[in-house]
Amino acid sequence: MKKRNLLLAAFALLTTSVGILWAADHIDAPAVSSTSSDITDYYAFASPENQDNLVFVCNVQGLLDPTATATASFDEDVLIEFNIDNTGDAVEDLVIQALFENGKVKTYGPVQPSSTGAISKVQTGGTKVETDITAYGTSPSIGSNGGIKLFAGPRDDPFFMDFAQYGEIIAGNATGFNNPGSDTFAGTNVMSVVIEVPKSMLGSAATLNTWVESKRKM
Amino acid sequence: MKRIPLLGLFALLAIGTIISSCKDTGEDPVNNSSYMMEDQMGRPAINTVFVSGADKDAFNQTVPSAQGAKFADKFEAALLALNPGYTTNALGMDASTFTGALATDVLTVSMSGVTTFFDGTNVLTGRRLSDDVISVELLLLFGGPDGTANPQLTDDNVSANDKSFSNSFPYLAGPH
Repeated sequence: MKKRNLLLAAFALLTTSVGILWAADHIDAPAVSSTSSDITDYYAFASPENQDNLVFVCNVQGLLDPTATATASFDEDVLIEFNIDNTGDAVEDLVIQALFENGKVKTYGPVQPSSTGAISKVQTGGTKVETDITAYGTSPSIGSNGGIKLFAGPRDDPFFMDFAQYGEIIAGNATGFNNPGSDTFAGTNVMSVVIEVPKSMLGSAATLNTWVESKRKM
Repeated sequence: MKRIPLLGLFALLAIGTIISSCKDTGEDPVNNSSYMMEDQMGRPAINTVFVSGADKDAFNQTVPSAQGAKFADKFEAALLALNPGYTTNALGMDASTFTGALATDVLTVSMSGVTTFFDGTNVLTGRRLSDDVISVELLLLFGGPDGTANPQLTDDNVSANDKSFSNSFPYLAGPH
């Protein structure tokens, strides 16, 4: 916890002193900073294993040092929702919802939601995949059903950046980046949800608009 | 009077049947809860860079289809505060076009071909784990029309993660 607290303190200092913060989406806003619903990063890419699939990654709870990671867990009251717009209006046509309970992760979808927007209900109509949440220090537990693969658990934070130097620049203490730079996120972990889905389940558009949301039980 | 206990027994049996049939089919208990959005993300660093401190929570609680109308003007002001000399960027976008595109915070993903934030050829067709998204964004913010302006600000000189990624699911490296 010590290192994490130190890092968080450094981030807090930078946030207040520079008023602007750039670190993917880590601790991006006061209401979610350092909470169980704080999204740190989102990725979407063609599967290296199978070009007919897309992979979606949502990371939450950043800046975990190894000690903090060993006891970190997903919040059972927080739903992670991957949103997919395949009609070009930035409104979700399909969702994939991930829920956490009793050491397990389960996902539903991709499925058309009963309503769109900021408030979601659990959509049980789509394909369900379930697996154990992978414990720290154990090999990945991978769930699969209907061509979908699912993982949830601690991972190395894949984000990299010399955030500290950026802060120095914004604060007026430096005029540019160092070469080589220093990865502020090296050695830290996140809680990660990775889901791989056949493209055939995502509609026929050439391009999708996608984003991820964390939503708390009301 | 004997019928009442019998009915009770039937009711008990019926409940038992319902419970066991739930187990048999693997059905979940019904979850009628509603869930309210707390955080959201499309492209990297959008809220952190372009949204003022006072608006950060509001941005996270605005659905993408409403973000453009609500935040595009503020994004443009933020861009010009960060880089007062901004004219256009390597994508040929002036300040208003660039921030207008960014204000709707969704990540576009191609259903065919290469998926990358930027690889020298493909632009915004997805985001891979290895993509150096910060240097791409620095270049678009500070690099001017041909990417050569402000060279001390267009690359943080951290170009890769501290751990290697895997070519096998789940692709991310194991934790430290």
